[in-house]
Amino acid sequence: MAQPIIEFRDVSKMFGRADGRGDLLAVDRLTLDVAPGEIVAVLGKTGCGKSTMFNLIAGLIEPSSGQVLVSGHDPFRDFEFFRGKVGIVFQGDRLMPWRTALANVLLGLEILDAEPTRARAVARGWLERLGLGGHENDYPHALSGGMRQRVSIARAFAVEPELLLCDEPFSALDEMTARDLRAEFVRLVRQNGKTAVFITHQIGEAMEIGDRVLVLHRPARIALEARPTEAEDETAREALRDKILQVLGHEAAAGTQA
Amino acid sequence: MIANARLTRILRGCLSTLVLAGLWQFASLFVPHYLFPPVPDVITRTIAILFTWSLLTEVLITAARIFAGLLGAFVLGGALALLIGRSPRIEGYVTPVLVFLQGIPALSWVVIAIIWFHGTEFRIFFIMVLTTLPAFTFQILDAFRSMSKELFEMTMSFRPRRWTLFRVLILPTIVPGILTAWKVNLGNAARVVVVAELVGATGGVGYELLRQQQLFDMAGAIAWTLQLVLFVLVVQQTIVAIEGWALRYRAVSERAI
Repeated sequence: MAQPIIEFRDVSKMFGRADGRGDLLAVDRLTLDVAPGEIVAVLGKTGCGKSTMFNLIAGLIEPSSGQVLVSGHDPFRDFEFFRGKVGIVFQGDRLMPWRTALANVLLGLEILDAEPTRARAVARGWLERLGLGGHENDYPHALSGGMRQRVSIARAFAVEPELLLCDEPFSALDEMTARDLRAEFVRLVRQNGKTAVFITHQIGEAMEIGDRVLVLHRPARIALEARPTEAEDETAREALRDKILQVLGHEAAAGTQA
Repeated sequence: MIANARLTRILRGCLSTLVLAGLWQFASLFVPHYLFPPVPDVITRTIAILFTWSLLTEVLITAARIFAGLLGAFVLGGALALLIGRSPRIEGYVTPVLVFLQGIPALSWVVIAIIWFHGTEFRIFFIMVLTTLPAFTFQILDAFRSMSKELFEMTMSFRPRRWTLFRVLILPTIVPGILTAWKVNLGNAARVVVVAELVGATGGVGYELLRQQQLFDMAGAIAWTLQLVLFVLVVQQTIVAIEGWALRYRAVSERAI
């Protein structure tokens, strides 16, 4: 197996509670690898630590114990190394309201000091590819939710990152728009040979997107690892779906008993 | 629609000014002119100042003092706000001092400046900076603290250098606060500069007001006061125009509040 692009080694993350009632364990001795070019869907219920895991990979927070490595480097400490290497699509579009659609896509390229003419051409290209040609000069408030999320996807892809991280990027959209964007996203990831970690709470979405699906229990630890691509037919996929549902349901039952 | 609304607003403003002028003129019919000079006299004196270079120079001197003081307070206040925003420890030291400064009246600063310094211009600059510094600092600090955590994390995911982070995120975030601070402090500065000039200067609108008081010339006093009012109005409108351009991205609801 090739050197993993993401490595979690016995990682735990604790947060102090705001009301002073001790610490909250969000990630519990999590160990996992993600291979280059792989799309991993991370599935779990709300509050199971998916977003904490996401923030650890993105280097936005530091593990309490254990080690997180991305491309062999610590994403929290090696700030410079990750310039332009990671593209993130967040749950909300997180567009800068003072920037037009084009300027929002240009953001990452500006930060990476890309040559301005080339950067504009790249940003325009991504907007075109995502069906936003003609909206380059629109401010975010003039775009629909789906269009704004497309802009944020374009922003993440424009820097040509090695790794794409997506935190429930389509959860706030209507089903039709989400389905279209999902298909577009998978096509773009595969076409460009990217590695992606896709966080979701929808089983269907996880199975559609992921080469591998990780089901997390609270606090974040792997309860099930499945490969939807290996399910040969619809019956096998249904069986896998039932199994995932059972694991998620088991956690819910455990939570109720607790 | 928008042009109509603007025209209505201007007409309303003109109407209330005309009513005020009418009341003044009415009063001038019944009381001595050294107390309530007729409106045409005031207008004539006001225009004379605007079109006489030696008199207009006095207005421009005051304007330059206001700008210099505000610029000094803005630069210092902006730097302090960013330092405080970055470090709670610095906040612990600096904020009490700023609150203390806020409580000192402008007139006290005038007295202190006259005792401490010799040069007129530096005295006025010192007074202007000290009286407007806390407001600039707190307003820019508020704007800095309103920075979205989501946008900050999104920007940091691209790993920007410090200056780039300031340029692409911090500066656009604090621009509305900076513009508000300028609007608020402009009025304060216009009041303070007159006090400073009244006591310690040999030129400017404040000095001219002192002369009108010594001559018991009410029309002159009002005409000089109006120069300052006109100056504040022009600068306010310029800031509003800049604000309209800089914040053009903001969505405006068609329904009025």
